[in-house]
Amino acid sequence: MADPHPPGLNEEGELEGSSGRHGGILRQFWDSTIGKKIVVAVSGSILGLYLIVHMLGNLKGFQGPGGGEPEIDVYGEWLREVGSPALPEQGALWVVRAILLLALVLHVVAIVQLSRRNLAAKPKGHRPPRIQRSLASRTMLLSGLVLLAFVVFHVLQFTTATIQTTPIVEGEVYANLYAAFQEWYFVVFYVVSMGLLALHLRHGAWSLTQTMGWDKPNRNPTLRRTATALAVVVSLGFAAVPLGFWLGIVPEPTSEAAATAASGEPR
Amino acid sequence: MNFKLKVWRQSDAAAAGEWRTYGVSEIDSGASFLEMLDILNDRLVVEGERPIAFDYDCREGICGSCALTIDGTPHGPRQVTSCQVFMREFTDGSEIIVEPFRASPFKVLCDLVVDRTPFDRIVEAGGYISVDAGPKPEPNATPISPETQQAAMDAAACIGCGACVAACPNGSAMLFTGAKATHLNVLPQGQPERYDRSRAMVEQMDAEGFGGCTNTGECEAVCPQEISISVIGELYRDYRKSMVHVLRSRRGRMKAQ
Ligand code: HEM
Ligand code: FES
Repeated sequence: MADPHPPGLNEEGELEGSSGRHGGILRQFWDSTIGKKIVVAVSGSILGLYLIVHMLGNLKGFQGPGGGEPEIDVYGEWLREVGSPALPEQGALWVVRAILLLALVLHVVAIVQLSRRNLAAKPKGHRPPRIQRSLASRTMLLSGLVLLAFVVFHVLQFTTATIQTTPIVEGEVYANLYAAFQEWYFVVFYVVSMGLLALHLRHGAWSLTQTMGWDKPNRNPTLRRTATALAVVVSLGFAAVPLGFWLGIVPEPTSEAAATAASGEPR
Repeated sequence: MNFKLKVWRQSDAAAAGEWRTYGVSEIDSGASFLEMLDILNDRLVVEGERPIAFDYDCREGICGSCALTIDGTPHGPRQVTSCQVFMREFTDGSEIIVEPFRASPFKVLCDLVVDRTPFDRIVEAGGYISVDAGPKPEPNATPISPETQQAAMDAAACIGCGACVAACPNGSAMLFTGAKATHLNVLPQGQPERYDRSRAMVEQMDAEGFGGCTNTGECEAVCPQEISISVIGELYRDYRKSMVHVLRSRRGRMKAQ
């Protein structure tokens, strides 16, 4: 080819009009609606993959109180220790937390910016009638915002133990869950949030395949069914835990410390 | 047939605009929607009122000029162009609401006429291929499979009417831009500029103020040419790849010293 560099690029191989080395193109990517949507898709996938693992871990609650040391407490302990001595104590845990926080921040920031754009692109009072958009796709912003509130509350309750409406003792995972889910309002809040999670994932898990350009007419039915199945399985798996504790399907904790925690007054 | 028409009247782009109601009577059931508007306009002229402005050209569903939002839905409920809507589809005596395509980048110029030049600028940004001048190339030198040809033709069917934008809750132009990019991007002739095209067209689409796609699929449900959201998937993919392409093309440059 006679042309020394691709059209639209300068001699340095940078986009014409771009400033920095990689700054130009990354900036352009982030500023475009598609680029931002890809950020939403990738960060959403990270959150979604984490949710699958988290849901499976939670099911350990169904292994019951054990002989003083519930399986889920052992698992919680393992999460803190995993990776050591190669990593410092809780090292792996913090790496995962950092990734999740970054993903959540990117997801929400991109969505806020995109939503503002989308709102501006439609003159006020002219929302087009619904023809084939799904309930899930119409309520992504709502389900997302409730999930955000849920995540903040959930971390304050079980991770930082800030919310002590029912006593939360670090390390006593089983007893903490048992105590919290004796209260109907926590059960309702958790189960309703998981219902919205199901909606968010039903559209989101398919939508990300379209956003990444992986969906094709012949793959579409499979991808959509997989997304729906994923949404149902993940949210039912999560919702089973509060329901299990509330309905008495899993028994009271047995260990002494846990028993006092479960019966004790709020701190 | 008799109808009550609630029509959006707006004298120019700067004016506020308002709803006006007109009765039309003794309309032939075989009349098209645009013919019905013609009949009303003839009367308005006689009555000394400014006729209702609306876009049209071919009146046979191929040019994409006509652009009415009928009872809230772009081109009405039958997924055809506005000129292919007929009065027999409506209940005698009913009220019909007629307004322009609604999207912020499509400024209302007058009554039912909107400015769709943002589409022209998106096409200008990348909807072309470069062909070397010279002798006619040997046709068999560039084989194109029937599947590829079909994909290109399906995308090329877009007549640029803008209904997709009007039907989108986000005012996104992804179906249009996807169609215009895809019909060139899948063909051998479109390959040299493929990634620059995708990037430039998306950039122009964003610059025009269209919203982003949230994969609701409303666009394809009103498209009179039945363009599928698969072209949106193609555009997503080509745009993503174009970014990698740029990053790659700057990698590993040698300098002497
Ligand atoms: C629990 C964590 C979350 C997960 C697993 C998750 C997952 C996803 C996924 C996979 C997508 C699809 C991306 C795409 O279509 O390209 C998505 C989109 C979206 N998410 Fe989330 N998300 C989460 C939290 C949130 C939060 C906190 C918000 C709050 C603002 C939110 C708002 C949205 C919106 C508005 C969309 C775009 C929907 C669309 O394009 O139709 N999400 N999410
Ligand atoms: S006037 Fe040409 S498509 Fe309707």
